[in-house]
Amino acid sequence: MALKAEQSERLGKLLAERAEKIAKRWAEIAAAPLKGRLTVAESGRQTAELQAQLQKALADGAADLRSAQTTELRAVLTELSRGRARQGFTASETATSIFALKAALYDVVDVEKGGESALRDYVAWSLFIDELGLFTFEAFARAREHIITEQTEQLLELSTPVVKLWDGVVAVPLVGTLDSARAQVVMERLLQALVDTGSPYAIIDITGVPAVDTQVAQHVLKTVMAARLMGAECIISGIRPQIAQTIVTLGIEFGDIATKATLADALRHAIRRGAAAARAANREA
Amino acid sequence: MERVPILKIGSVLLVSIQVDMQDQMALQLQEDLGQRIVDTGAKGVIIDITGLDIVDSFVGRTLSTIASISRVLDAETIVVGMRPAVAITLVELGLSLDGIRTSLNVERGLELLARNAEPETVDDLDFLDEPETTSP
Amino acid sequence: MTGAEGEAQVQAIGSDEDVVRVRQLVRTVAVAAKLSLVDQTKVVTAASELARNTLVYGGGGQAAVSTVDNGQRRGVRVVFSDSGPGIADLDLALTDGYTSGGGLGLGLSGARRLCDEFELDTAVGAGTTIAVVKWAR
Repeated sequence: MALKAEQSERLGKLLAERAEKIAKRWAEIAAAPLKGRLTVAESGRQTAELQAQLQKALADGAADLRSAQTTELRAVLTELSRGRARQGFTASETATSIFALKAALYDVVDVEKGGESALRDYVAWSLFIDELGLFTFEAFARAREHIITEQTEQLLELSTPVVKLWDGVVAVPLVGTLDSARAQVVMERLLQALVDTGSPYAIIDITGVPAVDTQVAQHVLKTVMAARLMGAECIISGIRPQIAQTIVTLGIEFGDIATKATLADALRHAIRRGAAAARAANREA
Repeated sequence: MERVPILKIGSVLLVSIQVDMQDQMALQLQEDLGQRIVDTGAKGVIIDITGLDIVDSFVGRTLSTIASISRVLDAETIVVGMRPAVAITLVELGLSLDGIRTSLNVERGLELLARNAEPETVDDLDFLDEPETTSP
Repeated sequence: MTGAEGEAQVQAIGSDEDVVRVRQLVRTVAVAAKLSLVDQTKVVTAASELARNTLVYGGGGQAAVSTVDNGQRRGVRVVFSDSGPGIADLDLALTDGYTSGGGLGLGLSGARRLCDEFELDTAVGAGTTIAVVKWAR
């Protein structure tokens, strides 16, 4: 709900006139539920910055959080939420810092003495502060999501090492559940490794993969096809009996893709193929 | 219109595509290459597509056609240097580039050509030099 | 839902060179939308197929390229439109390997596989509009 022009003006005036008292109370109330994880001084710096931006937005005639005058205020709120998300605070703890302004305001305006008009103002301001709080909540959720995505990506990087096993042979030992996203990352990294090392043979070892579904099998097949298009050969090793059964039951066609029981067998196969090719090339050269 | 240069190295023609080709340019390459194979008697063609950031169905089809034409003219075509992102996209697109041989890079491509060259050593041709002793 | 949309950049498609320009424009926008290299390649390839279709079958038209944002992810949206003859049998046109113009028949079906969203609007005699979206992962 938007503030009426005079309500916005009166709040701005109040914030300016009683700035010190409000700042002090806001900082205290905001810091209380954080249980010492953020000092009163630190929390105070944040609320002071918010107060300054809020005052500025109101002075410019902001009626709600969607208006253009609140761009900077929103930026400060987002920054606060992001910081708190990274420091491990909860969404409620973060939003409470904003809602604390209500209590601080209540302390400086004597609602009971001011009568009906003061009450009406206070309710309108409260709703406006709710809006700020909700915005913080959303920004917090977005920041958390971002952190989670980042961590997932880091995990993906860590869990898919592509190693050079031999001259002209690279391998990717897959461990753990393969979902579609991870399979895609594996595919891209393996193909890039082929280019970087100039290796014509790639081994995909799935000894550590507990289960294979149609989608994962499709990704592996696509990797093999892409590698072929680039002029490299893929060998799949470490297919456990249960997985072989799944593959057959699902009707997935592995066609003429080389499969070996163990990584060692696959490496032997690749080296042998490579040596034969080199001999043939040398004979002709 | 710009043309893709064709270099001759020994008995191999090397084509390195460096620009985002218009369709017409691809067709021109197809034509030029056929002519150069005949003119030079080349036995192998290497098309380096390291510089291509996409291969769509038109370029893919042109590469296939070039490979077929070369084969008829007794030269083998190897496409080298396909980028991983391009290969992944081609698989998704459903283009398998049938009939095209590929290699990771130019060096490997030359090896592949050497390996597949028909044995044509001097020993094999000795009989041509032998005097005809059987004739009366 | 495609969500918020940035301003579209329009490229006319009237010649071979324009197909190249569409590719370059889509690439630029895809980079700006922070698509991964593979996703950039996919959407540029799809755009190339569709731009050629617009030129060859639609008798020319235009491509409008814009960034989109659904609140969680950014992406690229490309809308191809022509006022050509339209597509009479849509199912057939979307079948792998079907072609009416001597191509490989992978243009439409392939482009659909390469993108996350694919909307096709056509009527015989009233032209064809195809909108595709590729989201950043």
